[in-house]
Amino acid sequence: MPEIRCQGVSLTKLQGGLSTEILRAVGLTARQGEIYTVIGPSGSGKSTLLRLINRLLEPSSGTIFFAGSDIRRMPVTEVRRKIGLVFQQPMLFPGSVEENLCYGPRLRGDNSREAAKYLDMVGLERELLQRDAAALSGGQQQRVALARALANKPEALLLDEPTSALDPRATEQLEDLILGLVQSLRLTVVWVTHNMEQAKRVGDRTMLLVNGQVVEERPTADFFSWPEQELTIRFLAGKLESGVQGNEL
Amino acid sequence: MSFSALLLSLTLVIISVLISARQKLQLEKDILIGTVRAVIQLLAVGFVLNYVFHISDWRLTLIMLTVMILAAGQNAAKRGKGMPGAFGIVTAAIGGGTFVTIIIMVGLGIITFDPTKVIPIGGMVIGNSMIGAGLVLNRLMAEIKQKRLEIEAALALGATSRQAVEGILRSSIKAGLIPTIDSLKTLGIVQLPGMMTGLILAGTSPLQAVRYQMLVAFMLSSTVSISCVIVGLLAYRRFFSQHYQLLELKY
Repeated sequence: MPEIRCQGVSLTKLQGGLSTEILRAVGLTARQGEIYTVIGPSGSGKSTLLRLINRLLEPSSGTIFFAGSDIRRMPVTEVRRKIGLVFQQPMLFPGSVEENLCYGPRLRGDNSREAAKYLDMVGLERELLQRDAAALSGGQQQRVALARALANKPEALLLDEPTSALDPRATEQLEDLILGLVQSLRLTVVWVTHNMEQAKRVGDRTMLLVNGQVVEERPTADFFSWPEQELTIRFLAGKLESGVQGNEL
Repeated sequence: MSFSALLLSLTLVIISVLISARQKLQLEKDILIGTVRAVIQLLAVGFVLNYVFHISDWRLTLIMLTVMILAAGQNAAKRGKGMPGAFGIVTAAIGGGTFVTIIIMVGLGIITFDPTKVIPIGGMVIGNSMIGAGLVLNRLMAEIKQKRLEIEAALALGATSRQAVEGILRSSIKAGLIPTIDSLKTLGIVQLPGMMTGLILAGTSPLQAVRYQMLVAFMLSSTVSISCVIVGLLAYRRFFSQHYQLLELKY
């Protein structure tokens, strides 16, 4: 089972001689076919958490498991292929859409030209294959970024605010698309968003992260209907956007 | 050229001092310091070379080359300000390029390992490598800084560090080579290189001088290529951990 499990994950950074705690003892379990949403004010460490799971960063302490194995015991390129990461910005490479889609497979010597298949998956027309990736609209680019991650045949996807640069209509379309893909491909998904409504719409479980610490973590429906923590209630009321002082936690 | 003739040529310096004073450029002091430094440095080099050529010991020649490489490395490393190990990387690159080229030339019997040949030719080769190596380092740092997110996108798709910087590495090495290639293209048309000019002034026939210049041109392209590639291949690693993580460095 391609389950993502974080256990006591902390990250401390040294900045100008001072050590700053970015994440403190974060735990989460994201199961196959489920969308695990992480919400929180900006600067709460949400994106950092995804980068740790993809092993673009190394935690100061704690362990991250994928499908039961410690990711540090797996070849790092395999971790990253199996756990795709889609960034806030599409970050497409210069070149055609097809070149972007073939990037991952080519790294592993796979030259089968299946790019069209992945365009179909994300609902883009095949005519776009030869188009310059930079010439696409924001919504199309984000779909190409998603297709590029899917071309690696991942078992899990990490989504870092994938719709934050999109208009409401493109956002809704991308949400529906991802929901469909999670079902059809049985993906494990961790979806970071600052948008509570989005978390409510797409999530199976939801975590609130504030100042690098887990405030509350429950099935999404319960989380939004009966929040237990004072901080969660304040966040949901929109009174926590600027973050809180450390002593409130 | 006689010593008195040389002294008379100092009038030219006086002209530039007068211009500076007249135009209020306030460069008189710098011109004088520059002139004095040039005289002292050149005299010192003249004496050292005279000695080295006279002794003609291969070990001394080797030491001279090493000193030149170290000085060049120190200068080129300035282009990688703040990057740990920059000096080691560029020095290895300049030294590697220089020695490979000299070994080939000596091995093929094109030149003899004689200080009168190896030192002046080495000097030119090292000077060009220094510029090339510095440019590669500078470009590499700037591009990695600027394209952080793109590099991380590649890493996140399963690229190794090397694969993630492939394009950047290529353009950086190119940036280091372009000045040398450009000067090859205009050699003899736009510029008469210093060495050729010197040989002609010293009484060598232009055709003979041209032969040496060609030799130097060929050596330059090989040495600079080798140095630029070495800098690129050694330097990009400094930006990544062994687990293909792009490090946060404050360069």
